Amino acid sequence: MRLVRAVRAQAPAIAVFVGVILVWEASVAALNLQQFILPRPSAIATAFIANWPRLQLVAGNTLYEALGGLVIGVGAAVATGFAVARWARVREAVLPIAIGASAVPIIAAAPIMSNWFGILNPFAKMAIVILLVFFPVLVNVVRGLSQVEESAVELMRASAASDGQILRKLRIPNALPYFFTGLKISTTLSLIGAVVAEYFGGSNDVLGRVIVQSSSELRFDITWAAITITAMAGIAMYLVALGIERVVIPWHASQRLVET
Amino acid sequence: MTTVSQPVVSIAGVSKIFDAGGGQTRALDGIDLSIERDEFVSLIGPSGCGKSTLLRLIGDLTAPTSGSVTINGKPARQARLDRDYGIVFQAPVLFDWRTVQANVALPLEVKGTAAADRERRVEAMLELVELKDFARHYPYQLSGGMQQRVSIARALALEPSILLMDEPFGALDEMTRERMNAEVQRIWQSTGTTVVFVTHSIPEAVFLSTKVVVMSPRPGRIVRVIDIDLPRPRTDDTRETTRYFELITEVRETLRGRRGERAARTGVASAERTAAEGGVG
Repeated sequence: MRLVRAVRAQAPAIAVFVGVILVWEASVAALNLQQFILPRPSAIATAFIANWPRLQLVAGNTLYEALGGLVIGVGAAVATGFAVARWARVREAVLPIAIGASAVPIIAAAPIMSNWFGILNPFAKMAIVILLVFFPVLVNVVRGLSQVEESAVELMRASAASDGQILRKLRIPNALPYFFTGLKISTTLSLIGAVVAEYFGGSNDVLGRVIVQSSSELRFDITWAAITITAMAGIAMYLVALGIERVVIPWHASQRLVET
Repeated sequence: MTTVSQPVVSIAGVSKIFDAGGGQTRALDGIDLSIERDEFVSLIGPSGCGKSTLLRLIGDLTAPTSGSVTINGKPARQARLDRDYGIVFQAPVLFDWRTVQANVALPLEVKGTAAADRERRVEAMLELVELKDFARHYPYQLSGGMQQRVSIARALALEPSILLMDEPFGALDEMTRERMNAEVQRIWQSTGTTVVFVTHSIPEAVFLSTKVVVMSPRPGRIVRVIDIDLPRPRTDDTRETTRYFELITEVRETLRGRRGERAARTGVASAERTAAEGGVG
């Protein structure tokens, strides 16, 4: 029953998706487009299946970089966030820089990371992911910990709550929705960071290299297949984050809309 | 415990100056006020008269610039650390992530009350505000009036000797407000808590209070303390009695400044004068 309802709720999106694929397939045939300009979806699917073992391997390697960077970056950002929120001086010093840094195209630093950590070292790619996910999570965690209703703090103080209790019972729960906002942005960013960092060289058994090499060989069916699996991995990571969010903060306004 | 003669709240020569935008604002000036046990005292006055500031001073949520605030014979700060207060704001300030019962349990958790006692106390409080059936609901599932009742239950969870209420029903419609007033009266009578109540509403102040403290702005001063001698329990019928209307008129005229201005014009020693007038009122 729940599955039926879920499918029905998503029906418009599914219809649009299928429609786009069909129009794509039909128009490539009708306009007689060359496959290196735009391969048919059916050709992409064929390439996907034919190259599945290799795609699986390279996707696994890329996912390792993305997830590794995500975990380290988010962990570091949360820890820094607590310190920054705790000391107002640190917050005033760090937050403007963090907001500024989150607007910097950090991906451009990929060659430098390869230079520092070795071009074949997966950590060189992770480092880019870490830098990329660090700032959005930091900014959100700091906001969540510090933007607490003044009267809520006064209420805690009226019960003679300690700073630790205010942190545990008020600031941290208040920060959770902000944290998940940062985490969801970061899951997508982590995969972008890993794939694009791979463009700049390193091991060939990664999605970024497969995309670059297949396109230079004009095997765009494989390029599209690699992009497809990248997209699937990205969506999967996002859905996992969404699922965790739904379990952890079912009380939050963002989760309530789902009920209707 | 407190002796019979000792006032619950004793404020002497309190003034409060805020630094705002380079200048200084004198929010409160020369405040003397004494509140006895079991009283229900309303603070009323126009915006900027410092009534909320006075409430916050009593609750040690802000410190006076000069003068002293004594609660149950202790400095306000000690009283706060001893958890002598319950507090209710205009907004319910419920924690979204907690159910109704968990919200009411919050002060008990902070204090470290054992789980079994906590549960019993929460149940009693929810019974008091007639929300037992909603214990497992989340705040967003309740109406504004119900949310405010939860916040009253939470404020009373630690059996405070003094309940501070800062325009608790300001955001509610008139009908709900009157119902809540009746409920607050019932709760006050059944718990024996001293209440300090900030409001904009003259009828609300007269209906609920044993004393109405009328304040004037710039700087915030007590103009007069009016005794409300309506019999208890006060009901909807009370709202139609002549005495009720007389008292409302009296508060209104004092607010308009007929009596207040005269007192202010003659100037000094307004505190003594208000005390004397309060007796006549």
